[in-house]
Amino acid sequence: MALHIVVCVKSTPSSVNVGVDASGQPKTAGIATALNPFDEFAVEEAVRLKERVPGSTATALTVGPDAAADVLREAIARGVDAGAHVSGAEFEGGDSFATSLALSAAIKKLHAEKPVHLVIFGKNTSDVGAGVVGTQTAAWLDWASVSAVKKIDAVDESSATVLRQMEDGVDTVKVTLPACLSTVKEINEPRLPSLKGKMASKKAVFPKWSAADLGLQPAQAGAAGAGTSVVKAALPPVRPAGVKIEGATPAEKAAKLVDILVERKLI
Amino acid sequence: MANILAVIIPSRGTLSPSSYELLGAGQALADALKQPLNAAVIGGNAQALAADVAARGAAKVFVVEHPSLTSFTEELYAKAAAAAAEKAGASRIILPSTVTGRAVAARLAVLLKAGLATDVTELLPDGRVRRGYYGGNLIAEVEFKSPIAVLTVAPMTFPRAEAKGAAAPLESVAFEPGAAKSEFVSFAAEASREIDLGAAEKVVSGGFGLGGPDGFKLVFDLAHALGAAVGASRRAVDSGWIPYRHQVGLTGRTVRPKLYVAVGISGQIQHLAGMSSSSTIVAINSDKDCPLMQMASIAVQGEYSELLPLITSEIKSRKGHAVPA
Repeated sequence: MALHIVVCVKSTPSSVNVGVDASGQPKTAGIATALNPFDEFAVEEAVRLKERVPGSTATALTVGPDAAADVLREAIARGVDAGAHVSGAEFEGGDSFATSLALSAAIKKLHAEKPVHLVIFGKNTSDVGAGVVGTQTAAWLDWASVSAVKKIDAVDESSATVLRQMEDGVDTVKVTLPACLSTVKEINEPRLPSLKGKMASKKAVFPKWSAADLGLQPAQAGAAGAGTSVVKAALPPVRPAGVKIEGATPAEKAAKLVDILVERKLI
Repeated sequence: MANILAVIIPSRGTLSPSSYELLGAGQALADALKQPLNAAVIGGNAQALAADVAARGAAKVFVVEHPSLTSFTEELYAKAAAAAAEKAGASRIILPSTVTGRAVAARLAVLLKAGLATDVTELLPDGRVRRGYYGGNLIAEVEFKSPIAVLTVAPMTFPRAEAKGAAAPLESVAFEPGAAKSEFVSFAAEASREIDLGAAEKVVSGGFGLGGPDGFKLVFDLAHALGAAVGASRRAVDSGWIPYRHQVGLTGRTVRPKLYVAVGISGQIQHLAGMSSSSTIVAINSDKDCPLMQMASIAVQGEYSELLPLITSEIKSRKGHAVPA
C-alpha cells in the first residue's frame, strides 16, 4: 500500500497589515511573499502521511505567478517530493471559483499520471481567507470532502477516517478516496525545513502548466472565469475613542467598570 | 421571479441561533433587493423543524427530508441544497458561516456555477456585499458576476428573526441521495460548560500577561459570571495554557460579540484580526500603552489577579448571586 498525496499551497503576503492603493485595491506591492501560514500544517500532514505509509509520495501544487514557485520550494524543503505550478497571465484575478477549477484540472492531470488518494488544504489563506477552495476543488472533481479536519485517523488506499472540528464538538467521518481534506491548525505541529530538504528544494524543477495545458478555455481561468470580483477595498471604520477607568483602588475600578457595563446593558 | 433562499442546516437535529440569524440576514437581503425570501430546511427530520422556520418571515419553506440527511455530510447536504435552490428558482442563496454552512456553500457554488462570497457583514442594495479580508485589515466590496450568487453571512452580525405567527406554506422537495462518498460515524460533544466562541454574545479572553495557566481560572470565573465564552491569544495557546479551540485571531477563530473582555492581551495584529469587530471591547492590562488598551472601548489599568476576582464578585452581587462571606 502506498498513497499519493497532493497538498495545495498558496503564496501570500507575509504581512496582512496592508493598505489600499490608488486603484482601490490592496496595496501588496513591496510586501514579501511566503507560504500561507495555514498551508504549513497541510504540508506537514502530507509529509506525516508519507512517513506513516511507506512508499507514499507527496506533490505540492500551486496556482500563482512565477514567484509562487518559491512556495513549492518551501514545501519540498519541508519534505514533499515534487511540485507542480499552474501559472500564466490567464490565471490573474481569479476568485475561489476559478482557482478551484484550475486546481481540480491540475489534480486530474496528476491523477492520470499517478492516482491521487488525498488532496490536503490549509484552513484558509491569510489574504482572501474564505476557507472554501478545498471544498470547491472536491466539488469540481466530484470527490468527497471534509472541512476542519483535526486528525486523519485510519487511512488506506480506499478510505480514510477523519475527525472534523465542529463548533459543538468533534465529528468522525469516513470518506471514500480520493477525497479532499481541509485542515485546521490543531492537526499537527509543523517542523522546520531540514537541511536535506533545503538542498533538495534548490535543485527542484517544477512542471509549469498553462490553462491550455490543463484543458481549460481562457474564459474559465482567472478574472474571466471568476464568479465574483472585488470592486474596491477599504479600510475598516475607525473605532470611537474609548474611556479609561480611573480609581484609587482595584475595588473602585472594578465597581466603575461594572457600572458602565450595566449602563450599556451588557450585564 | 428572482428570489432569495436561506438554507437552514440543523445542528444535531435542532435549529441553532445561527438559523434564526440567517433568516434575519435573509430578510435584510430581501428588503435590500426587493425580492421575496424563501427558506429551505434540510435534514432527517426537516419536516418537524419546518414549522418553526415557517413562522419567522419566509414566504415559502422548502423541505428536503431524507434518512440519508440525518447526520451532516458535505456532498449530500450540498446536493439537497441544490435541489431546493433549483425548485425555488433562487438567484441568491444564503447560508451561515459555520463549518457546515461554509462547506455546503462551497459545493453549492460549483453545482450551480455561482459566484461565492463568504463571511459577509454587509448587504448593499445594488446586490454587492462587503466582507473583511487580509485578517480584517481591509473590507472588500464584492460584486457577483454570475446569474446565481451564493453567500455565507458572518455570525453575530444580523438580528435573529422572531416568530411572527403567520405560517408560510411548506413544500416538499424530492431528494435522491445516490451513492454516498462520506459516511458519518459518530459525534463527541465538547464539555457542556463551554459556550461556543463563534456564536457567543460575550467573550472573555486571556493572554500572555496572565503569566501562566493558573490565570485562566480567574478568566473562566469571570466568563461564568458574565455568561461568556472563553477565548485566548496565540501566545497563551502556544504556551500550552489553554487548548487551541479557544484561540481568537488570524490563526484562530473570528468573533464578533457584543462584549469582548481582553485580559493580559497586548493586542498584536494577529489577535486584533479576530476580535476588532466586537461592539464593546474592554481591556484589562497592567500596560496602559499597549495596542489593546489604546483601541479598547473601556480600558482598565491594573493587575488582573487583583481586578478579576473583584469584577467577578461585583457582577455576581449585582445579579443577586452573592455568596455569603
